[in-house]
Amino acid sequence: MTETRYDVRLHVNGTVHDVQVPARRLLSDALRHDVGLTGTHVGCEHGVCGACTVLMDGRPVRSCLVLAVSAVDAEITTVEGLADADGSLGPVQQAFKECHGLQCGFCTPGFLTTITAGLEENPSPTPEEAREMVAGNLCRCTGYQNIVASVLRAAELRGGDA
Amino acid sequence: MKPAPFELVRPRSLDEALEALASSPDAKVLAGGQSLVPLLSMRLASPALLVDINGIGPLAYVRSDDDGVRVGALARHTDVLGDDEAARVQPLLRKALRLVAHATIRNRGTTVGSVVHADASAEMPAVLALTEGHVTAASVDGRRRIPAGELFVGPMESSLRPDEVAVEAFFPALPAGAGTAVEEVARRHGDYALCGVAAVVRPGEGARVSYFSVCDVPVAVDVSEQLAGGPTDAAVADAAELALTRLDPPADIHASADYRRHLVRVLTARALRSAWDEAHEEGR
Repeated sequence: MTETRYDVRLHVNGTVHDVQVPARRLLSDALRHDVGLTGTHVGCEHGVCGACTVLMDGRPVRSCLVLAVSAVDAEITTVEGLADADGSLGPVQQAFKECHGLQCGFCTPGFLTTITAGLEENPSPTPEEAREMVAGNLCRCTGYQNIVASVLRAAELRGGDA
Repeated sequence: MKPAPFELVRPRSLDEALEALASSPDAKVLAGGQSLVPLLSMRLASPALLVDINGIGPLAYVRSDDDGVRVGALARHTDVLGDDEAARVQPLLRKALRLVAHATIRNRGTTVGSVVHADASAEMPAVLALTEGHVTAASVDGRRRIPAGELFVGPMESSLRPDEVAVEAFFPALPAGAGTAVEEVARRHGDYALCGVAAVVRPGEGARVSYFSVCDVPVAVDVSEQLAGGPTDAAVADAAELALTRLDPPADIHASADYRRHLVRVLTARALRSAWDEAHEEGR
């Protein structure tokens, strides 16, 4: 039996991708396997770890909890879309580099997308708000201290009041 | 962990969605998917057809008036949480929603979906039960109103029929002079609560509490008699004991049943006092 495939038009980082996927294709897998953007990492695959977080219309969502066919109407931003236009690191990426906000790096794409959206909403977070911002993402290396420092540094780099 | 194969339709109108549901005996509605997609991935659910209602824009609304707050099937938790008018008309919504999972989950998950998923560990079914709200269900046969008291029939089981879409949840307005509170204890912020209590207190008029994570279905208890003389130590203890006769706290890897019973007592006292105090502050 052949599984029905669906024509899906995804808008990812400002580029249109027409893909043909079965209904059960998770957005995380569609981004990695069909679109070829492997920056989005897949950890727990049931919405707990946050590694696969992407932005849909600017809001962070778990791409493992969205079907690719459900994502057709949204503008999707992955970690690949966070660099500046000239390819240099965006403010959150730069802050992670400066503050040693990653070690193995597996969870980092999810943190970068989450924090990018978080700073849009709250450009000058307090340390407590920075911690709350990343509370839904798991990191097994850093102990989170340097990630919280990275959030605060990213706010500075973006030119917030912090 | 990938879902088993299924067919999918993505209707652009509610009528189309209802027709699709009527056409298949094994169809399931997909809205936010924050509960359904993990169930699919773990293959705990494997429907033949998914009816994805995310393309039906008119279902994404939050409307408030003096009667209460109407939440459409596609309103995300984040939209309801951020709605100042909804928070004014029924403050329990914002107080409970800030405890629902993490912001990233709230961005996609829908409040109506959470209600009809009928997880007795979740906040929003308990809020619907406490406020005696209702859900409006639509099918090709028409619409019906399901009161909270008739909606929750078992663990993760609602009285919604497979051919119905829950198009709206209605949360009645908080009466004048009343105070509210939601208290829970969770191992980590954003986790399911080990025990949770929501309360509405109208001093001199009545008091109700509802519970989550300590029962198979959301349980609401009238404790007006116990609270008649105010939230004294004896009164809140009596209220908790009355509630415990209706609750059946489970034991699992996270907490023993005894510990959950302890939490029922502590959190009932905390919620009733907090709601009582708020009512008095509002009254001033």
